[in-house]
Amino acid sequence: MASTTVNQMPRSAASAAAPEPASAVSASHVTKTFRIPHQQYHTLKERALHPLRRRTFDELRAVDDVSVDIGSGEFFGVVGRNGSGKSTLLKCLAGIYDIDSGNLDVRGRLSPFIELGVGFNPELNARDNAIINAIMLGLSRKEAEARLEDIVAFAELEEFMDLKLKNYSSGMQVRLAFSVAIQVDADIVLIDEVLAVGDAAFQQKCFDQFTGLKAAGRTIIFVTHDMGSVERFCDRALLLERGEVVDIGNPASIARQYNELNFNRVRREARELGGPETLRRAPVAEILSASFESPDGETVVATMQGEPCCVRTEVQFHAAVDNPLFAISLDDDRGRRAFAASTALTQRATGQFSAGELAVIRTRFENWLAPGRYRLTASVTSDGLGANAYDLRNDISTIIVHAGSSGGGAVDLPHTFEIERSQ
Amino acid sequence: MSVGAGQTYGPSALGGGLRRFVELTVTLARTEFKLRYFGSVLGYVWSLMRPLLFFGVIYLFFTQIVNISKGIPHYGVYLLTGIVLWNYLGEATGNCVACLVQRESMLRKVRFPRMAIPLAVSLTAAFNLAMNFITVFVFALANGLTPSVSWLWLLPIIVGFIVLSTGIGMFLSASYVRYRDVQPIWEVALQAWFYLSPIMYSAATYSKHLGRSGARFAMINPIATMQSQVGHAFISRSLPSATAVAGVAPVVVAIALIVAVFAIGWWFFTREAPRVAENL
Repeated sequence: MASTTVNQMPRSAASAAAPEPASAVSASHVTKTFRIPHQQYHTLKERALHPLRRRTFDELRAVDDVSVDIGSGEFFGVVGRNGSGKSTLLKCLAGIYDIDSGNLDVRGRLSPFIELGVGFNPELNARDNAIINAIMLGLSRKEAEARLEDIVAFAELEEFMDLKLKNYSSGMQVRLAFSVAIQVDADIVLIDEVLAVGDAAFQQKCFDQFTGLKAAGRTIIFVTHDMGSVERFCDRALLLERGEVVDIGNPASIARQYNELNFNRVRREARELGGPETLRRAPVAEILSASFESPDGETVVATMQGEPCCVRTEVQFHAAVDNPLFAISLDDDRGRRAFAASTALTQRATGQFSAGELAVIRTRFENWLAPGRYRLTASVTSDGLGANAYDLRNDISTIIVHAGSSGGGAVDLPHTFEIERSQ
Repeated sequence: MSVGAGQTYGPSALGGGLRRFVELTVTLARTEFKLRYFGSVLGYVWSLMRPLLFFGVIYLFFTQIVNISKGIPHYGVYLLTGIVLWNYLGEATGNCVACLVQRESMLRKVRFPRMAIPLAVSLTAAFNLAMNFITVFVFALANGLTPSVSWLWLLPIIVGFIVLSTGIGMFLSASYVRYRDVQPIWEVALQAWFYLSPIMYSAATYSKHLGRSGARFAMINPIATMQSQVGHAFISRSLPSATAVAGVAPVVVAIALIVAVFAIGWWFFTREAPRVAENL
């Protein structure tokens, strides 16, 4: 039988009583099954007409025997492909879904929401929406009103508070929603794919806020597709596949396994459904991961324009290859290719690689890209004309570029103006 | 909002503390109300329009064409009061039917006491009822009724309407998640219930046309009991009180029914609440 206990413990008391705090969330053998009837009765009429027909079900185990301990103050990532059960797991943790079996222990105040801006009403102005949302998320009306100023200031929407929400851009709505959400002080914050929205500057603000939450000792559980932010922020991560835990470990190894899992699926589908030739062959070279690095070798998800930038690609060779070509490209949010580079252009010979070899390729470039978000594509191809891709990964990582000012073009090349006057 | 030790975790009808529950219910109802009344300039006028138009049609029909109004003093006030009360019941229950399904995204993404939703719908309708009663009182005074202590009977009667409607609303909202034809079924049931209840006619009609035992049976209908008491206490002493129509027994049954409907609605909703998010 499912049993759940919740121990309410104020943060200060918890840290005073136990300097090495116990886990904030402890799940053991949590299982959530959805029953999908073969014959769905949506109406009373159907039910009345077929009272004796046996109801048969397919059981879908969205979360299957998941056990995990998330420490207090930990930034914990939950990753997995679409339909792997990560959102269901989050909903179980949030108390939105009832679990079928297992144990769930939660210590501290848990944020009750997993998505921003729930319950926003386009017909009301931002002020009302912020207050309603804050109440939904657990503040009292008094608290919500007292914090309104902070909410507005953080969202940078002071001038627009009396504007109806339907006149807001989606970016502004997200800013408002995020501002409300961080004002709801919970010990454990659950976040589902929050970084997919908002403009670059605001995303940076969210990142900063995460770092702030983490510094304040909050526990953060974070569901995402973006391996870049997992590596950047998370202390540990959990990889789910078909509702089961594949692994819990350090973010880098989880990111690698995630990419592997994805690629194996692409390969399998190519074999079964007849995809591109290269995918159907046994793998020759495989991209394990690709991410952005700062000059001192740290994984980053955002960078300042003008600072040196580096893409680190890890490639595993399964067969001997002579002079493979390595390439990367960056596409902006509108799908325009902003930058592409290949060893084919810079160095003809990359060398001989033997089976089993693991290579790390760093592509360093001067970053004069216009501020915005860029998605990374990395590939390994065979040498020669009509090159075949051994492996090609679209959207394997993302980077956000900030700039103090921007001319509005695709790139902001370093430049000067010289003015000569005849008189 | 905090969840204390020993309380059940996970989604539920009421979990999360009384303060949060009340605050949430009131906020949801307030929002709805605000949207209705401040969304358009004529918000209040429009929400009055429905019962008033309905009233106008029936009034004309029964005073000018079929003379059913004979024997009911202040027939206009009697009819309007009945329709305003009935309108509340129709609005509260009718809006409750789909209320959970309409707030799907909220239910799927936030943990909060689920009972807040149907209660907020019922509360919004109650705000509306209060607004409409202003019109009723103005109309009653203009019609020559003099306020008396017996008007206080309206209070328990309104409470009765609220308890009954909320009970039905809780039941319907939870059933609609499973069965989508609850909506048309309820609409038809409401129609039948309206004509079976002494709103256009007086409860005295029961004893005249159905005989003693028929009237006893008809008065089990909580609306019949409450409406005849409205007639007696609010409109005119010459109209039979609830107990005068067919004795005390059916009135007791009617009151028990109100309580039972509420209890069943509560029980059913509480039972269904933990799984509402996934069944949507």
